[in-house]
Amino acid sequence: MNSAVMEIASAAYRPAEHHAFESSGKPFLYLVPSGAVFGLDGLAKEIFSLLSKEQLPREEIVSALISRGYNRAEIEATLDDMESCDVVLSGEPKEAFPSLPEPDFPLQRIVLNTTNQCNLACGYCYEYSDDKIALTKDKPKYMSEEVAEAAIDTLIKESAGRPLLHVTFFGGETLLNFNLMRYAVVYAKKKAADAGKEVEFSLTTNATLLTEEIVDFLAENRIGVTVSIDGDKELHDRMRTFHNGKGSYDIIAPKIKMLLERHKTNSIGARVTLSSGVRDIRRIYDHLTKELGFKGVGISPATANPDRLYHIGGQKMDDVFDQFSELAWEYRDFALRGGQHYFTNVSDTIKELHLGISKAYTCGAGLGLLGVSTSGGIAACHRFVDSPVAQMGNVMDQGVDHTARRQFLEDHHVGSRPDCHTCWVRPVCAGGCYHESFINHGQTAASNLNQCDRIRGWIDLCLRIYGQIAVENPKFLERFNEN
Amino acid sequence: MNSLHAINRKARRFEENRIAETADVEALQEKSKKKQGRVYYPLGCTLGFNPGWEVDVSGGTAGLCQPVERDLFDCYLGCAWPAQVPDHVSNNPDWTSKCSASVNDWRNVDVIYP
Repeated sequence: MNSAVMEIASAAYRPAEHHAFESSGKPFLYLVPSGAVFGLDGLAKEIFSLLSKEQLPREEIVSALISRGYNRAEIEATLDDMESCDVVLSGEPKEAFPSLPEPDFPLQRIVLNTTNQCNLACGYCYEYSDDKIALTKDKPKYMSEEVAEAAIDTLIKESAGRPLLHVTFFGGETLLNFNLMRYAVVYAKKKAADAGKEVEFSLTTNATLLTEEIVDFLAENRIGVTVSIDGDKELHDRMRTFHNGKGSYDIIAPKIKMLLERHKTNSIGARVTLSSGVRDIRRIYDHLTKELGFKGVGISPATANPDRLYHIGGQKMDDVFDQFSELAWEYRDFALRGGQHYFTNVSDTIKELHLGISKAYTCGAGLGLLGVSTSGGIAACHRFVDSPVAQMGNVMDQGVDHTARRQFLEDHHVGSRPDCHTCWVRPVCAGGCYHESFINHGQTAASNLNQCDRIRGWIDLCLRIYGQIAVENPKFLERFNEN
Repeated sequence: MNSLHAINRKARRFEENRIAETADVEALQEKSKKKQGRVYYPLGCTLGFNPGWEVDVSGGTAGLCQPVERDLFDCYLGCAWPAQVPDHVSNNPDWTSKCSASVNDWRNVDVIYP
């Protein structure tokens, strides 16, 4: 036997990096970093549990299991299956992170901050509140047609071979500059068609300025809509007020009903921002789905420095997590019956788990997505436009600053966030929102350590729900198969 | 993969790779429940372009990287495309008559000189 063969024969087998969980009484493994989910029973389960106690060379695994009644051929075949699927390892460790993307990674989406003005004055807004980072003092208040054109040209130029592009309209309150939005949709469609591509659109709005004319335009152009709303009148009006302090619920409720009635060509979702006084998730969810008729509700705590009064801290956050869990189990119940539940926090997570996504980056910021400010400044995403950090050129000047973008991608890669290196949840989390990090820790590349336990808890919960659906109603998961 | 079950799509990609590496070649006409409705093409089948099957570097067939023997009966009996193996229908109906079990009797399958 030569030395290489001897080395292989004697190399100890060990479990790969993983998170074990149980659903419907069966054991499952979530593998890291691949994001693959495997179920184990019989021999595979015995091998895994043997290796979880101690690392063993092949021959010892075989003899241990022969004594339990298995034959050599089936033991070796199962061990080879497990090694081939990265469930167990022998020899050198595998690559722990996805690789850095190519320097010219093609752009897919731009977010146009059509205005930095807003007709509301929501207490928690990261663009205007105490945590504001944008420097808008000498910047134009509204994006001009020239800037929008240059931004769309940049998207098409930087998109390489991508056939489908996406433009998101954002603000301030986006509809304060509806004329620009209407112009940009026509321009983007023409330019994309000239380049042999397709383009789709989405809009985030506070709904105060919606009219039938605007809604018909949205429907005609199949523009997806996200409405910022925090619940029923009492809850919504606590934070989402006009500048004079008056709540905005009474203005938006009829407009939202009109929107949901007239616009059927794309999804319309509600985006709820929780704050210390607005945390009754069941009440919020029921109101938005049953009374207003939303078919998608995403809920997230406000991005806030812990010093802010509206920040949700400690015990209150535990309570929020418990309520999230309760709604997630309800999603599970609906899924097992083949029903439709509208809590998108769960469906978004389950989709990622089902596809087995393994992220190098928390999100597309700086990668496939860039934000553009009213003056044409390019930032990693809409949250950083006109800020002192995460800047990457100007669409009116040289376009994307590839050196800055490259540096951003190197600095924010999960491999560059050492706090994440031993965490099993990194394939779906990858460190958390850069903007949250900046507000909480003063650095965009810091991991959001204050949230780690809850993120792990959330993904574990969603894995258990996913496993149960996979066992008891796998047909339900087919909806997540498309990319 | 009897006791290791791929659950999500990423796991199924691992499983597909594993099956491609190790599974037996199945006959074209085989209709197992799992594969119902799918035509099975053996690995190396020239109905799909797969270089390395037809001839080796010397122009002969002795050094093929996918020898026809890998799935003799699939090509000889089951396939409608008479190219790589003797033709069962008209010219060489008795080619494998002395080979009832290929694992044991493969030496009885002789070379055909057209």
